[in-house]
Amino acid sequence: MLSLLNHTTVTIALGAAILGAVSGSLGSFAVLRRQSLVGDAISHAALPGLVAAYILTGAKSSLVLLTGAAVAGLLGMLIVMLISNTSRVKFDSALGLVLSVFFGLGLVLLTWIQKKPEAAMAGLDRFLFGQAAALLRRDVWMFACVAAVVFSLLAAFWKEFKILAFDRDYGVSLGMPMRSLDIILTGLVTVAIVLGLQTVGVVLMSAMIVAPAAAARQWTNRLGRMVLLAGLFGAGSGVAGAVASTAIQRLPTGPTIVLIAGFVVLVSVTAAPRRGLIAEALRRRHNRQKLRLDAVLCDLFELESQHELATPHGHTAQAIQAMSFGEGPVDKTLAELESRDLAARFGSERWTLTGKGRQRVERMIHKLESGNRHEE
Amino acid sequence: MTRSQIEIQAIAALAAAACALPGVFLVLRRMSLMCDAISHVVLLGIVVMFFVVGDLSSPLLTVGAAITGVLTVVLVEALTRTNLVKRDAAIGIVFPLLFSLGVILVSRHAGDVHLDTDAVLLGELAWAPFNRVSINGHDLGPRGLWSMGAVLVVNIALLLAFYKELKLATFDAGLAASLGLAPAVVHYGLMTVVSITAVEAFDVAGSILVVALMIAPAAAAWLVTDRLDHMLYVAVAMGVVGALGGYWAAHWMDASIAGCIATVLGLLFGITFLLAPSRGLVSLAWRRRQQKLSFAGTMLTIHLLHHEDMPEAEKENRIAHLGEHLRWGDHFAMTVVRNAEREGLVSRSDDGKLNLTSDGRSHALEVVAQ
Repeated sequence: MLSLLNHTTVTIALGAAILGAVSGSLGSFAVLRRQSLVGDAISHAALPGLVAAYILTGAKSSLVLLTGAAVAGLLGMLIVMLISNTSRVKFDSALGLVLSVFFGLGLVLLTWIQKKPEAAMAGLDRFLFGQAAALLRRDVWMFACVAAVVFSLLAAFWKEFKILAFDRDYGVSLGMPMRSLDIILTGLVTVAIVLGLQTVGVVLMSAMIVAPAAAARQWTNRLGRMVLLAGLFGAGSGVAGAVASTAIQRLPTGPTIVLIAGFVVLVSVTAAPRRGLIAEALRRRHNRQKLRLDAVLCDLFELESQHELATPHGHTAQAIQAMSFGEGPVDKTLAELESRDLAARFGSERWTLTGKGRQRVERMIHKLESGNRHEE
Repeated sequence: MTRSQIEIQAIAALAAAACALPGVFLVLRRMSLMCDAISHVVLLGIVVMFFVVGDLSSPLLTVGAAITGVLTVVLVEALTRTNLVKRDAAIGIVFPLLFSLGVILVSRHAGDVHLDTDAVLLGELAWAPFNRVSINGHDLGPRGLWSMGAVLVVNIALLLAFYKELKLATFDAGLAASLGLAPAVVHYGLMTVVSITAVEAFDVAGSILVVALMIAPAAAAWLVTDRLDHMLYVAVAMGVVGALGGYWAAHWMDASIAGCIATVLGLLFGITFLLAPSRGLVSLAWRRRQQKLSFAGTMLTIHLLHHEDMPEAEKENRIAHLGEHLRWGDHFAMTVVRNAEREGLVSRSDDGKLNLTSDGRSHALEVVAQ
């Protein structure tokens, strides 16, 4: 247990937690706007900026390199917006175009500087796959500062971002500067992604934008709760992944975090109340049973109305079965009706409606008739 | 040119053509990012297949990669069909997950395997000529040439065989379904083709270049033409030009060939985006300006008509006065008047008074009558 709580683990876990919280909450907006893959594009587009910053300044400090990466990422997204706003080329194609071309440009720059003698830049490996173990306490402080800025901007522009996510045109009609807001939000996402690049890498950072938000969406219909939950899911996956990868040898941190985030999505999609697959299946079963009960009840009523009501009588299960042709056996349904006091046995073989059952059918008929009147 | 230079260019050109064909349909069907996803998960397929056969040069590795590509599509569709997650989010969840699995597998068994993840993802076209096919000691040329050639032939054959179905399912899925064409079959068929093409191309060029080869030429072609067949031709041509241009750029700068091809393709798209006839940014801006000027010219003739033969015409029908009535700046007013003069709607007398020509008068009357 001691090994789990040593200094490095705590640093990595803290860093991953902050990263997960920031990317999860910002990702909520991307997911709601059906732009989940912006993370993928930004993280690839950041490469030429990173390399260019190194070429121009020769600096190895991560702040300078990350600034370069952020500038390139944002530039890439601005180009995506320009292409998808002014031409028939759709958002997804523009994303794919920008991510591959920018990444290609980054490769060109990278191979070009590697020819130079003084090139001692950290390998592309670290950029592609991240290296959580290299996180320093200093980096965590930087993460915390950036997170504070991101969250305060999120709070400051909450209403505007909400409109941007759900009804952009309405925002335009109110005279809000939607394009600038779009750029600000994209800028925040870019910052979050660039921060994550050195920890979890290019491909996995895009998952940290999508997975926590998609999971959170299943549990609530309110934006505030979704953002909060997504942040929690992101932070939780971050901590769990960091701890797991320290506990088990040769388990890389970034992919482990993504695996855990994917697991959270799986659990949410299956088990979330109301929206989840299990809840949906239960609801469907319940509805089917209710329809079945009502159908048999109506059949009994129909049979009953063919006789003198004054004389009490019953009908055999076979007669009822014959009426619900094509459905399953009615015995179970009749037993269920009996337990709900809607139908009763009449003698040993026959069935009849109870007063309560009759009332229920009459109510249904009344509802149908008033519904029909309504339509007329 | 040396022999290996020619071979590299041939492989690049074949890969570009083979990728451009399915790319056109990806762009039209808004599925562009599917090829990004597929090209990433290939890693998992290669790793898993390697554990099964234990041989890095086995062709089964490619089969495994193609299967993972299709698996990605199936998983994305399954997740989308629950209606709980939109398709873009489903892509964004599924492919990093499968990719993560691949990375974890590689690093868990890093000691036993020499799998260079960099090479898988980035590819290096420069090495392609060293991987050769030979039968009985006869050298038949680089493997990449054969594999890309085969993929290109298959893609062309499939395209010719199912052109009508693809076209209909792409532009009107509803009609295709009502005619019994099963859009789902077309969808999965297309995705299988994308998978196989991506895996083969990626073997020679790396995953990111595959995305560029599929999307950039197709997106550029879409800005040039409205016809599907023309779009296919243009995309293939653009891809081949990009591949050859990229090769020479790389040669000249001594840089990554894949990176240079992607960059050149990006430049080609950029040029098309700006300069495409009728859909380019420049031509859009020009047309917008022409419409603005022509509308303003009509306004001018109506204004002149309104005050014609009136006592105030002497004062109203002058350039200096237009700003007050039509809220035009001096410069814009001048441009409009010059334009109208050129079109023969308006004439200027020596003292600067504006008069309608007979053409201008009938134009104004016509518009007012409407």
